[in-house]
Amino acid sequence: MADTALPTHGPRGPKPKRALSRTNIIVYGTLIVVSLYYLLPLWVMVMTSLKGMPEIRLGNIFAPPVEITFEPWARAWSGACTGINCDGLSRGFGNSVQILLPSLALSVAIASVNGYALANWKFKGSEVFFTILILGAFIPYQVMLYPMVIILRELGLYGNLWGLVLVHTVFGMPILTLLFRNYFAGMPEELFKAARVDGAGFWGIYFRIMLPMSLPIFVVAMILQVTGIWNDFLFGVIFTKPEIYPMTVQLNNIVNSVQGVKEYNVNMAATLLTGLVPLVIYFVSGKLFVRGIAAGAVKG
Amino acid sequence: MNMHAPSVRIRDLDLQFGDVKVLKSLSLDIRQGEFLVLLGSSGCGKSTLLNCIAGLLEVTDGQIFIQDQNVTWKEPSERGIGMVFQSYALYPQMTVEGNLSFGLKNARVPKAEIAARVARAAEILQIEPLLKRKPGALSGGQRQRVAIGRALVRDVDVFLFDEPLSNLDAKLRADLRVELKRLHQQLKNTMIYVTHDQVEAMTLADRIAIMRGGVIMQLGTPDEIYNRPQNRYVADFIGSPSMNFIDGRFDGETFVAGDLAIPMQGYRFSSESARAGQATIGIRPEHVVTGELVERAPVQTTVTVNLVEPTGPDTLVYADLAGGPLRIRMDGHAQVRAGDVLPIGFEPSRASLFDAETEERI
Ligand SMILES: Nc1ncnc2c1ncn2[C@@H]1O[C@H](COP(=O)(O)OP(=O)(O)O)[C@@H](O)[C@H]1O
Ligand SMILES: [Mg+2]
Repeated sequence: MADTALPTHGPRGPKPKRALSRTNIIVYGTLIVVSLYYLLPLWVMVMTSLKGMPEIRLGNIFAPPVEITFEPWARAWSGACTGINCDGLSRGFGNSVQILLPSLALSVAIASVNGYALANWKFKGSEVFFTILILGAFIPYQVMLYPMVIILRELGLYGNLWGLVLVHTVFGMPILTLLFRNYFAGMPEELFKAARVDGAGFWGIYFRIMLPMSLPIFVVAMILQVTGIWNDFLFGVIFTKPEIYPMTVQLNNIVNSVQGVKEYNVNMAATLLTGLVPLVIYFVSGKLFVRGIAAGAVKG
Repeated sequence: MNMHAPSVRIRDLDLQFGDVKVLKSLSLDIRQGEFLVLLGSSGCGKSTLLNCIAGLLEVTDGQIFIQDQNVTWKEPSERGIGMVFQSYALYPQMTVEGNLSFGLKNARVPKAEIAARVARAAEILQIEPLLKRKPGALSGGQRQRVAIGRALVRDVDVFLFDEPLSNLDAKLRADLRVELKRLHQQLKNTMIYVTHDQVEAMTLADRIAIMRGGVIMQLGTPDEIYNRPQNRYVADFIGSPSMNFIDGRFDGETFVAGDLAIPMQGYRFSSESARAGQATIGIRPEHVVTGELVERAPVQTTVTVNLVEPTGPDTLVYADLAGGPLRIRMDGHAQVRAGDVLPIGFEPSRASLFDAETEERI
């Protein structure tokens, strides 16, 4: 019998893996080094923002604070001075929120409908329209600044919060539309056909069929817009005036204000505060973000 | 409504995608309560035709009538059709009940009526226990039942099926096929059914339309399609293993290929004056007889077996005849081996004769 001749000892089942194989060392080593490289500035910022000025002057930027103080954070929020006023970032935060929310809602709403129409309701010239829209994504913003100023002036929106909302909505359109179009194009066509046979119209299909299936891509669009709009500086400076400057502009004015001593701890705290909103968004929706990006990017 | 008028009538339908003509001046009348199968290989335009009937594609030219109404410009939901797709296309975020009632809600049917119709469809299709589930929690067969139910609740005159069983495994496919047939007998609606599976077509259809390159090659009952194919393409397409073709000459009475002469007595010619000339005779593998039956066959000869393929119920034998290959379907018990000399016979009346040039039936 061949069966009995086979050895019963020896390898069986999964092959054991060594934890400290050479591959693992290289992979984890690289990951750790790269993480450190990216985390170091953050470390320095957080540490500095928690120190008092005398301690900062000692110069050990990597050392943790001997005596932790939250005073710089408080000052950054409500007491730091720009050239004009001394009520800190809180004013900018409020402005940014007021700019962000309508821009976000408008741009995502319009772009998703755009993408849906382009993907599912091929109309005469829809390809041309789409091409033009995508070309828009490749034109540097700077080229369009001046014409935009004139358009806003003619509309009576220049220097107005709604003017900036309009600018953000318009400039977000190409990339967001592309994102939504690709996502909707990747959905099964027969689903759309079934809904049409069932008598659902343009809006019926959008709200009842497409929307409930596209949470991931909405999260992606939201994150892109929140980060983009929150971090925007250029449009904020150009299209608004000092009372309604967004947080980034306010931050710049605090950090670059030339009166008195440079308060590094306050500057660091202010910078961290400004970056907090996109950061929180990333942490909250990280998984959905990755899923949506993968779904939107792979299918064309 | 005139009961003798066709249920669906397609007249001179053209459909182009850009420069590509997918449907070419296609005309087709489908009777009331008929089960019509559109059969053809992949890419021949079956789904395109079905989508045109459903109103999901705008036709380039031609007209479509459903129940005596010109629906050429009508929306899919206004045409009185229900459609079932290959991928089921159930709305994933709705329950089975939601899926069934979606169309009715869109049509603003009263609530009580919706409930009644959903209950009836669920009963017919035996999906009552599934009503509260989402499609994701259903098996393939259950999903397809729900998809059929979605067409059922709409109380339409015409059902359209686009390869509804292709995504199911073989056993389930056979079960649902029988169920569909039963459903048709029960409902007596007009049904148009697209498939590339000839077994489905032969078993389900009242009539089959064989399509190729956007044109209907033959429209007829399964019996006509199988026994009297109108042209060589249809003859070759239908039947598995496919028909044997032998090229030769037809002199008006006898078909001659090499040293094989087949007197065509008893053959039903398609026209009174049979044309003489180059021709091809087609003989189905299952119409070649062996054993004792050979003595009674009008045409007899012998062949040398070169390959034997047992499939269980029957055995496929490969041989050569008149310079070409010949497939013979024998009983599963047949004792044949490669190299055997096999007496065979066949009846010219069951064969098909085609003009070599036009490939049309003589
Ligand atoms: N939207 C489209 N654009 C361009 N060509 C298409 C489109 N849909 C189908 N076709 C082409 O039309 C032909 C018929 O397609 P289809 O009706 O789906 O075939 P079948 O259902 O018989 O397999 C194919 O050659 C296919 O490539
Ligand atoms: Mg198809």
